[in-house]
Amino acid sequence: METEAIREYIPLYTQAFILTLKTGWLGILLSAIIGISGGFVLYFKLPVLSSLVKMYVELFRNTPLLVQLFFIYFGLPKIGIALSAFVCGVLGLGLLGGAYMTESIRSGLEAVPDSQKEGAVSLGLDRRQLFIYVVLPQAFAISIPSIVANVIFLLKETSVFSAISLMDLMFQAKDLIGLYYKTAECLILLVVFYIIMLLPVSALGRYFEKKLRFGMYGD
Amino acid sequence: MFGSLGFDVLFKGTNMARLLGGLGIALKISLISVAISIAAGIVIGILISLKNPVMDGVFKVYLEIVRIMPQMVLLFIVYFGAAKAMGLNLSPELSSIIVFSFWGIAEMSDLVRGAVTSIPAIQYESSAALGFNRWQTYAYVIIPQTARRIIPMSINLITRMIKTTSLVMMIGIVEVLKVGQQIIEANRKSSPNAAFGIFATVFVLYFLACYPISCLSKYLEKKWEN
Repeated sequence: METEAIREYIPLYTQAFILTLKTGWLGILLSAIIGISGGFVLYFKLPVLSSLVKMYVELFRNTPLLVQLFFIYFGLPKIGIALSAFVCGVLGLGLLGGAYMTESIRSGLEAVPDSQKEGAVSLGLDRRQLFIYVVLPQAFAISIPSIVANVIFLLKETSVFSAISLMDLMFQAKDLIGLYYKTAECLILLVVFYIIMLLPVSALGRYFEKKLRFGMYGD
Repeated sequence: MFGSLGFDVLFKGTNMARLLGGLGIALKISLISVAISIAAGIVIGILISLKNPVMDGVFKVYLEIVRIMPQMVLLFIVYFGAAKAMGLNLSPELSSIIVFSFWGIAEMSDLVRGAVTSIPAIQYESSAALGFNRWQTYAYVIIPQTARRIIPMSINLITRMIKTTSLVMMIGIVEVLKVGQQIIEANRKSSPNAAFGIFATVFVLYFLACYPISCLSKYLEKKWEN
């Protein structure tokens, strides 16, 4: 183990870390937008759009991100759509995550018990009020655990970006191992940076889960 | 039109068969890992549900590692790290099976633990009242009830394993994506657009492999809901 090498590598890893975070969170933002829209489309059973969203969800939930990225990054330029590695990363992650988020949001919305809706209607709430004040808050609480799981899953999935030569943490580690053969040092730094990236999210997720469960059941 | 999108390459020589062979390798690795995960996961899950504080602590750390470490990082650690640290020269196939099982066992055992502990206490008490010992309680009362919850989830794990096997190309296993790259490389001159056709095909192949399995999982989940 050489501490000297580790000290030398830290700035390089930090750079890669920032890029990974940027791509990851932009992708997650995109997936949230897709997920919320998709979830609403499915919940309200909009004609035509519903079946399109269903097809999209099945297609992206049943294929690996790496294959999606290869198609977007290497395949699409052949029909005239050339995107940078960064845009591909964000788009790929967003599309993959969007499919998972759509499912989380939809199942959250559908899990709100009918008695809640009937109660709201009998209190004289109109459809808009019913949705905003009764369904949405409860659906959100139900969805949170699976949304957090999706966020962690998506942040982990960023590790495949190196395959389309995005200079992320994985790429940096592979590059440095190839150059200097300091395998142990590189791998330790890789693990440390992933812990820094994901442990807070994981802990925060657990905290939220507890809070929201309290909100729902008062337990 | 069809040719210019690079789908023609598929029908040259044995290209399609080679792609399918690559998919076969990915499926083989994932099925072996799933089998190991299910077998070991059930045993570990039941052990954990016995609530030994030391085992609980170790298990929590193990789960957290799996929860936050990307499989790709684990693959690198086992494939490159083990060779360096312990002088072990693991084949890429063995490394990937180790990593996928490490991940799958965590998921399965947590699933089993959740299913077992969600069985109401009255089931255990009634079994005790009937004079069942611990082994009989599990074999005849608890496990049959938990199986209905675990089976759909473990089928779901198969599709996730299959999808994750796409990563093994990064440690040098020639699976479907790698075969695709080789075909594109070999036909660079004659069909420059092969990348579109080939990667679209790989995309569809993965979908065809996973979709029926996830449908089955969803169907069973619904059927056994109550």
